[in-house]
Amino acid sequence: MLLIHCPYCGERPEPEFTYGGQAHLERPAQPAELGAEAWAQFLYLRDNTRGVHAERWRHAHGCGRFFNALRDTTTDFFLATYRVGEPRPAVPPP
Amino acid sequence: MNAALRTASGGHIDRSRVLRFRFDGRSYSGVAGDTLASALLANGVHLLGRSFKYHRPRGVLAAGAEEPNALVTVRRDGARHTPNLRATQVELYEGLEACSQNRWPSLAFDVGALNDFFAPFIPAGFYYKTFMWPRRAWYALYEPRIRAAAGLGRAPALPDPDRYATRFAHCDVLVVGAGPAGLAAATAAAAGGARVLLCDEHSQAGGSLLDEDVGAPRLIEGKPAPVWLRATLATLAANPKVTLLTRTTAFGYFPHNLVGLSERLTDHLAAPSADAPRERQWQVRAREVVLAAGAIERPLVFAGNDRPGIMLAGAARTWLNRYGVLPGTRAVLVTACDEAYGAALELQQAGVYLACIADTRPGGEASARARAAGIPVLPEACVLGTQGRRRVNAIELASLTAGELTQRQTQPCDLVLMSGGYTPSVHLHSQSRGELIWSESLQAFIPGAAAERTRSAGACRGVMTVAAALEDGAAAGSAAAGEALDPERAGVDPARGRGRKVPAPLTPAETSGFVGAPPRSDPARGRAFVDWQNDVTAKDLALALREGFRSIEHVKRYTTTGMATDQGKTSNLNALGIVARALGKSLPQVGLTTFRMPYTPVTFGSFAGLSRGDLFDPVRRTPLYAWAAAQGAVFEDVGLWKRARYFPRAGEDLHAAVARECLAVRAGCGLFDASTLGKIEVVGPDAVTFMNRLYVNAWNSLAVGRCRYGVLLRDDGFIYDDGVVARIAPECFHVTTTTGGAPRVLNMMEDYLQTEWPDLKVWLTSTTEQWAVIAVQGPSSRELLAGLVDVDISAAAFPHMSVTSGHILGVPMRLFRVSFTGELGYEINVPADFGAAVWAALWEKGRAFGATAYGTETMHVLRAEKGYIIVGQDTDGTVTPDDAGLAWAIGKSKADFVGKRSLARPAMHAPQRRQLVGLATEDPAVVLEEGAQIMARPGSPIPTRPLGHVTSSYYSSNLERSIALGLIAGGRARLGERLYVATGGGDVAVTVTPSVFYDPSGGRINA
Repeated sequence: MLLIHCPYCGERPEPEFTYGGQAHLERPAQPAELGAEAWAQFLYLRDNTRGVHAERWRHAHGCGRFFNALRDTTTDFFLATYRVGEPRPAVPPP
Repeated sequence: MNAALRTASGGHIDRSRVLRFRFDGRSYSGVAGDTLASALLANGVHLLGRSFKYHRPRGVLAAGAEEPNALVTVRRDGARHTPNLRATQVELYEGLEACSQNRWPSLAFDVGALNDFFAPFIPAGFYYKTFMWPRRAWYALYEPRIRAAAGLGRAPALPDPDRYATRFAHCDVLVVGAGPAGLAAATAAAAGGARVLLCDEHSQAGGSLLDEDVGAPRLIEGKPAPVWLRATLATLAANPKVTLLTRTTAFGYFPHNLVGLSERLTDHLAAPSADAPRERQWQVRAREVVLAAGAIERPLVFAGNDRPGIMLAGAARTWLNRYGVLPGTRAVLVTACDEAYGAALELQQAGVYLACIADTRPGGEASARARAAGIPVLPEACVLGTQGRRRVNAIELASLTAGELTQRQTQPCDLVLMSGGYTPSVHLHSQSRGELIWSESLQAFIPGAAAERTRSAGACRGVMTVAAALEDGAAAGSAAAGEALDPERAGVDPARGRGRKVPAPLTPAETSGFVGAPPRSDPARGRAFVDWQNDVTAKDLALALREGFRSIEHVKRYTTTGMATDQGKTSNLNALGIVARALGKSLPQVGLTTFRMPYTPVTFGSFAGLSRGDLFDPVRRTPLYAWAAAQGAVFEDVGLWKRARYFPRAGEDLHAAVARECLAVRAGCGLFDASTLGKIEVVGPDAVTFMNRLYVNAWNSLAVGRCRYGVLLRDDGFIYDDGVVARIAPECFHVTTTTGGAPRVLNMMEDYLQTEWPDLKVWLTSTTEQWAVIAVQGPSSRELLAGLVDVDISAAAFPHMSVTSGHILGVPMRLFRVSFTGELGYEINVPADFGAAVWAALWEKGRAFGATAYGTETMHVLRAEKGYIIVGQDTDGTVTPDDAGLAWAIGKSKADFVGKRSLARPAMHAPQRRQLVGLATEDPAVVLEEGAQIMARPGSPIPTRPLGHVTSSYYSSNLERSIALGLIAGGRARLGERLYVATGGGDVAVTVTPSVFYDPSGGRINA
């Protein structure tokens, strides 16, 4: 059971959190203007990263806030967590 | 008890307290402090079990958790009997009842021992090679037989009557193992001001100190070891910041220093209190962990090394010094290390005749000491074989010098001690994903870089002597406390493991021990066991390599070495050594197999804890639950909710009750508990913008005091949820969701609000449990409410799809005029605490109207008569609003909403998409099965691509026929067509109809 650092509440155990998929995917402002390819890209295609992955988590059984995290998919350890809207922080390579 | 086998004094037992017990039906006696194994040895019983595959007679090999052979079932009653316990860890109590396993009809005479005779025909991989043809026989014959023959103990057939507790704990320093290193670590950590948790799997703390000769104790800090131990434990016990747990196994190391401990509370008691939990599972989150898990002695791999009476030298020392038991009278020691000489000399002191010491190495200083004590030493020894059926009675030895056998001899004996050296117990370090490095000088894997905030101390990292382990433990404990209390000093990044390098252990005294199988003159003769519990021999490993297996992981699985309940504690390294030598590689090149939790088996009860029966999952009950239960309602589970399914009267079954309830609602009035409906309050200046972006509907035009049926899609265009949405105020929407969908809808709303549109000023609040919701449905429902509410509910003032606030019987309410039945109806929302009282008042008044309480089953039938969908039943995540006949709900002028772009895809308008339609069976009495496939023609061959499937199907007592809804390819263009539904009784003809069966004009709902 990992400890996850919620940017709002601090360190909490993993069962308080839910996973929210890949981070930094912005919903297009005018989807209607998007071609089929671009829309499919937004809707369905995700990275399958080996190494540092930016992803969304929600402190569902806590403050309820979504936040972003960098996690090393090879070790499962979190490298950083940060608030929605903040840029992806630089972390040393694992 | 055989007095000759029990020493007169010494040991950690109380000779004055005699305990009687039974093993395989025979009565024996032992003393307080005994384990089942020590007590049986004191009675001269060495045959404790039969091996797994060959059913060979087996005794005790080890004295602790690593014991592979002596597995027993301990029984208190029919429900309380625990299989596969290591007799070396079962503490004796008065009246203990144990039996051996894996034998029939008895331990001494076991029919399964025929396997041993046929052993040449059942080598490794035998199952895979033999039971291949004929294929059908696998299920009919082979598998059932193999399953019956396999396995060790039998699980109890009755439910577990015991209670299991769970505890979470935090500490600065967790010390695993209370031997010399662990005690020193705990003492030093406590001195550093840390909160310390110290656990040990044994009944007493002390570790290897308990195994030492109390007659000639070593001095620690100037005190005799037993005195030092007592003083140290007393100091620790007096420190309020220290918790010492005995009988507690650290079984698993989980991420971020979460360590699972299994504490056994009552298994050692003759009469456990009914109130006490049997076990307690601890989840300890430690800032720093010190592993002081000790080391496990390795057996030697020689022919016939598995007979009862052949045991590890250190185990014999434990029997003698800790339990005061002489494990034999005439002994031979076979050793590859110096440590084992101590055991031989101490046994000799205690009166055991040492016939010979066979040392695989050329003689050294230790040999000289033994010779001085009058024990013959055979250098460069090899074991040719052993004799004895149920106990060893002789060992054949020789000296193997330059390939020549000399000094051949057969030594009669009833005890063979063996030692291949010690294997540091790196299980937990490895579980924590720490690196393991091979130490050439120790001939062992020791902890390398750590992945967690953990460090190893003492024998588990190769620091073998007591003096060095004490020093190592103190250093580790002090460093751990410092880093736990001052993270700066630790240089700890809170988000990641640290990769802390472990300093190399102090140089070991000398190379000792042997890994693998010692050289033999004739490797083909006899069977040399590597894995006692799974009956894997050196030959089996050689066979696997001959057959082409190279990876140690594959060799392990093919031969099953290390895969038994002991997880190869005594066997893994020897197996690895044999494989490495055969492949001509070094051990680290071959690599270790993975260490997995649990270190020793943990009961299922301990993992389940209190999460059993009623406490398995939370149960949600509505404020009206008690009333429904008192009426005799039958409940169903909907998510975590208990919902009243129907209210049977005397003699009624489901169908009769539902038929009556359905008729009553349409004829007069029904009361229904709709409290489980998900409710979300969407409030704020941007609430309408938020709703417009999320739901398909146009919300600008929804006036305050009005409701609308809302449809929510995902961005892929498929229906996600639905529900009535009411505008309570310009900036306040009361959104309802499906019962099961409430949490995910709120999550989706929060997701968009927080991450896509954080600029919107909107607040979302779940109000599901704040409102009790009473649905009053049916033509006389207005009459029922009249006079109870303080608002005008006339048809003109309060038409269908209206909402208002007011009071009912003085209780504040939100009153909806909505209907999921197709009748004139209301849904009364009152604060949850008033729900039961308002319901009772409505029920009382309703009696005059013939008001009927109805349940979810009737609700389902009535909504299906009206063609109203249930998301998740009539939709399946691939259904668009148009497929479900809900295209009318979409706000056509909106530039965007979640899912709109996807709905524009051409595939979403394909005419052959499955569309929701009604289905009428030609025989009105036939009720279709939900999920049944629909075909164009009867008797279609299998496989046939079906046109669709039945989603809802009921018998409608109002229509006096069955009705069904289904999703059918191009369904709306097929109205009137005859199709066929596959059933167990053949294909049933149906006619495609519109999805609304009852009152299609909607006259009743608008009454």
